[in-house]
Amino acid sequence: MYVHDEFDRTLIAERVEEFRDQVRRRLSGELSEDEFKLLRLLNGVYLQLHAYMLRIAIPYGTLSSAQLRMLAHVARRYDRGYGHFTTRQNIQFHWIKLAELPDAMADLARVGLHGIQTSGNSVRNVTTDQWAGVAPDEIEDPRVWAEVVRQHVILHPEFTFMPRKFKIAVGAAAHDRAALRIHDLALRLHRNEAGELGFEVMVGGGLGRTPFLAKTIKQFLPTRHVLSYVEAVLRTYNQFGRRDNAWKARIKILVHDLGAQAFAREVEQEWLPIKDSAIALDDAAVAAIRARFRYPDYEHLADDPVELKKARATDRRFATWHGNAVARHRMPGYAIVTLPLKAEGETPGDATAEQMDAIADLADRYSSGEIRVGHEQNLVLPHVRQRDLYPLWRALDAVGVATPNVGLVSDIIACPGLDYCSLANARSIPVAQELTRRFRDLDLARGLNRLHINISGCINACGHHHVGHIGILGVEKNGEEYYQVTIGGRADEDAELGALLGPAVPYGQVADVVEDIVAAYVELRERPGEIFIDTVKRVGVEPFKERIHAAR
Amino acid sequence: MTSPLQQKIKVAGPVVVTGNRLADGAVIYRTGAGGWTTELAAAAVVTTSEAAMALLAAARAELVRVVDVYVAPVALTDGKPRPGNLRERIRAAGPTIRLPLQAVPRDLHVCA
Repeated sequence: MYVHDEFDRTLIAERVEEFRDQVRRRLSGELSEDEFKLLRLLNGVYLQLHAYMLRIAIPYGTLSSAQLRMLAHVARRYDRGYGHFTTRQNIQFHWIKLAELPDAMADLARVGLHGIQTSGNSVRNVTTDQWAGVAPDEIEDPRVWAEVVRQHVILHPEFTFMPRKFKIAVGAAAHDRAALRIHDLALRLHRNEAGELGFEVMVGGGLGRTPFLAKTIKQFLPTRHVLSYVEAVLRTYNQFGRRDNAWKARIKILVHDLGAQAFAREVEQEWLPIKDSAIALDDAAVAAIRARFRYPDYEHLADDPVELKKARATDRRFATWHGNAVARHRMPGYAIVTLPLKAEGETPGDATAEQMDAIADLADRYSSGEIRVGHEQNLVLPHVRQRDLYPLWRALDAVGVATPNVGLVSDIIACPGLDYCSLANARSIPVAQELTRRFRDLDLARGLNRLHINISGCINACGHHHVGHIGILGVEKNGEEYYQVTIGGRADEDAELGALLGPAVPYGQVADVVEDIVAAYVELRERPGEIFIDTVKRVGVEPFKERIHAAR
Repeated sequence: MTSPLQQKIKVAGPVVVTGNRLADGAVIYRTGAGGWTTELAAAAVVTTSEAAMALLAAARAELVRVVDVYVAPVALTDGKPRPGNLRERIRAAGPTIRLPLQAVPRDLHVCA
C-alpha cells in the first residue's frame, strides 16, 4: 500500500472545501453553468443522461480495504448501492446528486480518495499493471514511478488546461498488463546492456476516432531523468497540440502529423535545458517515495501446500477456478487472485456495495488488506497465501466474484454506453450481457482459450474496442443502433489495432455475428491451443469475412 | 454573427424542451405553465420552429433550476407525448438494463 503524507491529506481536504463553496454558489445561481462546468470538470464530476456522475481515481489501481469500504459507503449513502470500475483504474458513481457531492467527496477524502484530474484537459490518473509489486516477471514495482509522476503532475499549473486530456501509463514487466501502447505517454521500465534501469518512452497512442499505437521516441531514459522528460513531452504537446479542433487535439494527432522523429527532436530540445535541473531525481527522493509503499511481512512458505493440493484433488469447481483465476506470485507460497466483475448477465465492471464490503473484509483476512483494480474491469487480491485459497474461494463464490472466466470470452470489457452516457450513440451493456449468456458454458469457453471482447458505445472508445481480439463499436444509423465489428486487436506488448470485418450490423444481430466469428475461429485454428488472436494473425481477416458473410 | 439563441431550429414533428435538473441531474421537461416536470406526458408539446424557439428561450433563461436544455423529438399517442428516439426513451425511462440489486431511485420523482 502507498501511505499518504500530511501534504496529500491537506491538499485533498482543502480541495473538497473549495468545491463545496463552488457547488453552493452554483446552486444559488451565483455561478452560471458555463462557469461551473469548468470547475466541476476539475473534480471528476460529469453530467450524464439521468444524473451526475462522479469519477474517482484509484492511483495505479491500488486500494486499501478501508478505501474499498468507503467506496461501498458512498455507493450506499449517496448513490444507488453500486459503483462501476472503469478501463482506467477509476470507479464511477452514476447517480450522484450535485447538492450531496461535497459530502461524498469529504467522506472519500477521509481515506485519501478524490476525483481530481479524472476529467478535463489535464493529466489523468496515472495507471499501471494491476499485478505491480507481486508479478514474477517484473523488474521493479512500477507504482513507485507512477507515484513519482503523479506527485509531479497533480495540480501542476502548467498542465491543468492542455489541448486535451493526457493519459500516462507505467509498466515494468515482460508482459504488458497496462495497455501501454494505447496511452498518450507510456513508460516501460527495463534494463540496458550495462544493467542500468531506465524507461522506454512511448508517445502518441490513443483510440477514439483516429486510433494510433504509441511510438517509441526514446529507447532508454535513465530513471533519474523521468520527470524532466515527462515535463518536456507535456510542454511540447502544450505548445504544438491543436486547440482549434477537439477531434484533432490529442497528442496522437500531433505525433502523427509531425512524425515521431520530429516530435522526439522537439522534446529533446525542450528537455536538454531542464534535464539536470531541480527536477532531476536523486536516489534519496525516489527512496522516500519507495519507502511509502508498504508490503506485507511475507511468511517463508513453499509453493503448492498440502491444503491446496487436497482441495484441488477433491473439489472440481475449486480446481477449475484455481486453474483460471489464480496466478503465480513473486513470493513462494503466495498467489495473485483475480476477482472477475463479469458474472453472467451482469454489467461488466459493476460491483454492489455489499460486494465491496465483503471483498474488503476478505482482503483484510487473506490479502493484507489490499485490493487492486485492473483495466479489464476486474479486481485482484494480490497477497493471498496459497494455503488460504480454498476458504477464500468459498467466500468469493458466495459473493458472486468467483466466476472462472478470467481472460475468457465472457470476461468482456464494456463502457457504460447509451444506458448512462450522454456521448454514446448505442448501448454497450446489454450487448455484453447477451454475450455472457451466449457463452455461459464455461467448459466450452475454456476450449476457446484466451479471447478478449471489447465493446464501446461510441467512437470515443472507452471500451477500447480497437484493441479487443473482437472489437464492437456502437454507431447510430437513421435512429437505430448498429455495431461495427473488428477482429485482430490486442493491447499487450504486441499491440495491434483490429481490422473491420464488414458493414455494421443491427443490435439484434451482434451476438449472432460474434458466435459466427468464434465458430470460424474454431474451424480455422491449426490446433486446439492456438489462441484466437494468433489464428487471425496467421490466416488474416478474409477467411473470417467469408464465413460471416456466408452465414447471412 | 447570429447568436445560437437566435438560430432557427428545424422542427419536423412534435417536440418538447428538456434538460437536467440542476440539483440532482434528473431528466425534466418544460411545461406549458412555465415550470418543469419529470413526467414527459405533462410536457408542453409544440410543432413549429417558432414555438420551439420560444419554449427553449424561456427555458434557457432559467439559470438555477435546469442545465443542458435542448429540443427533443417526441411521438404522439392519443395526444400524449412519448420519446421520439432511443436516447430519449432511455432518458425518460432510465437504463434499459436491470440495475444491480434492482436499486431503488431516491426521490427521483420529486418535481423541480
